[in-house]
Amino acid sequence: MTQISSSGPAALGPAVPSAPDPDAVGSGGLWHSAWRRLRRNPSAIAGAAIVALFLLVAVFAPLIAPGQPGVPLPNSGVTPSSVPGPSPGHPLGLDSPGTDLLTQLVYGARQSLLIGVVSTALGLAGGAVLGVLAGGLGGWVDTVVMRVVDILLSIPSLLLAVSVAAVLGQRPVSVMIAIAVAQVPIFARLLRGSMLAQRGSDYVLAVHSLGVRRRTVVMSHLLPNSLGPVIVQATLTLATAIIEVAALSYLGLGDSNPSTAEWGRMLVNAQSRLSTDPHLALWPGFCIAVTALGFTLFGEALREALDPKGRK
Amino acid sequence: MLSFVLRRLLLLVPVLAGLVVLLFAWLRALPGDPARALLGQRATPASIAQVNEAYGFDQPLPVQFVTYVGRLLRGDLGSSSATGQPVLQSFLDRFPATVELALAALLFAVALGVPLGYAAARRAGGALDSLLVGGSLLGVTIPVFFLAYLLKIVFSQWLPLLPTSGRQDPRIDATHVTGFFVLDGLLTREWDASLDALVHLVLPGIALGTIPLAIIVRITRASVLEVLGEDHVRTARAKGLPRGLVSRRHVLRNALLPVVTTIGLQTGLLFSGAVLTESVFAINGIGSYLFQAISQLDYAVLQGFILFIALTYALVNLVVDLLYGVIDPRVRLS
Repeated sequence: MTQISSSGPAALGPAVPSAPDPDAVGSGGLWHSAWRRLRRNPSAIAGAAIVALFLLVAVFAPLIAPGQPGVPLPNSGVTPSSVPGPSPGHPLGLDSPGTDLLTQLVYGARQSLLIGVVSTALGLAGGAVLGVLAGGLGGWVDTVVMRVVDILLSIPSLLLAVSVAAVLGQRPVSVMIAIAVAQVPIFARLLRGSMLAQRGSDYVLAVHSLGVRRRTVVMSHLLPNSLGPVIVQATLTLATAIIEVAALSYLGLGDSNPSTAEWGRMLVNAQSRLSTDPHLALWPGFCIAVTALGFTLFGEALREALDPKGRK
Repeated sequence: MLSFVLRRLLLLVPVLAGLVVLLFAWLRALPGDPARALLGQRATPASIAQVNEAYGFDQPLPVQFVTYVGRLLRGDLGSSSATGQPVLQSFLDRFPATVELALAALLFAVALGVPLGYAAARRAGGALDSLLVGGSLLGVTIPVFFLAYLLKIVFSQWLPLLPTSGRQDPRIDATHVTGFFVLDGLLTREWDASLDALVHLVLPGIALGTIPLAIIVRITRASVLEVLGEDHVRTARAKGLPRGLVSRRHVLRNALLPVVTTIGLQTGLLFSGAVLTESVFAINGIGSYLFQAISQLDYAVLQGFILFIALTYALVNLVVDLLYGVIDPRVRLS
């Protein structure tokens, strides 16, 4: 039974409004029906399949890749004008630094996934803190937080990431933090909006009037019921994060360690060989685009599935 | 109207002030002391002392901040640490190239996106609709620089119909008045120069315009679908108005409002996309300038760029808000 503070009308105890029960999230209700609709949506299945394939490749990279990432082969046969094509043991041929192209692509999936997931998780956490402060507390806290978010939103996210990466220097962690910082304002604004929409609902008014502490209202009622759009956004943001990792590498701000395989840097290395070996650019570019497409397809389908207007 | 513009401009003040505070903090957070960060490779004991004096970096923090703001207010964005050129002047010299590219991208996106989005909505659920919705998803997820590469590969190797680098054929002896090459040709009646500049914009415009195109298709589709379901459209049809008239006056005009908002919001995307597109197509605009600045860790340029972009973004969105009044007479700007 829900605990009510002693000042509340104890007689009303059992009748505590349970409208959108936070416990229902995950077990039934909205999420249950969303799951049902998701399973019937072909683009959700396509997106999930791409994401699953990408996850498998990333996790089992050492088993799939024919070699070690970032290790140039001796006598690779790379000349300034050409790279060796497919051969036994190197199904896609070699890369411009003389490494196996397939190995670099497979380990690149690992790197993209790692940076994408960590940065989105950090961005989500940062955005959630700001969003909860603004949407939950309201008043001057809301004003201050949202002004800062407005300022950050007026800087294009890639430039924001570039500025942060410049401060942190070229370390693997700095790329993650840079991308995360660029995501914070997006999540903060979304969660705040979503919480504000909930704040006027009858069930929130009811728990308030029962004298439930503000922190409890925010954390166990407002927050769980506002998470839907945020989760959708996180899926879509993963796609953006993967593209931004590549863009940062392209700008020379990525992880500078040459033994890390990274799709964006593969594209950069391919630039000087565009006219002779376009496949060096096509493969990593294709991987980035398809992975991003997978997350976007899944995220869009999730958005449709969670949209109350689409519920039957 | 005037008071609306003035109030909106006043509202910009706190945002810009906050941005300046952030930028100041950012300069202090950069590795090394700020004078060294601003000077980069040009840092010598003498030049460090000079910058310290000019910006007051040896003064207490509040004094430093006031000096910093004072300089920005005078339009002094500092000098590039790589070349020593004043940042603002370099921006102004290169701005026309970027604006031209952004306009080409926007034209491509709007001219194609609105009709396609409209067509998708009219045949919602059909094959064309699915194709467009799927295509627009692909359009949002393809990285700008990869698309630029693709276009460059295709058009320089296999289909050499369009130029893949620069803004104009160097063999053309064009007179430059404004820095907008297409406009310059028109002003000086050098039609071939104008046409050549226009042809040079096609591929970069497509590369930069694809993401906005995909977004505009989706927004137009959603917005037209919503308007199509409204009572006033049914009424217009019921009283026997010609289909074309209903489409133009009743559906499209009402559906365009969210599309216009979206166009305004694309400004930031266009600028960050220009950084990547310009460098691939060798266009000498602010995007490729920033690209160099980033690779040389030229913080003075980066700082100026962020301020410049934020201001442009705010002004473009103000213009978009003013456009509402033109498109939708119900929107009173007060």
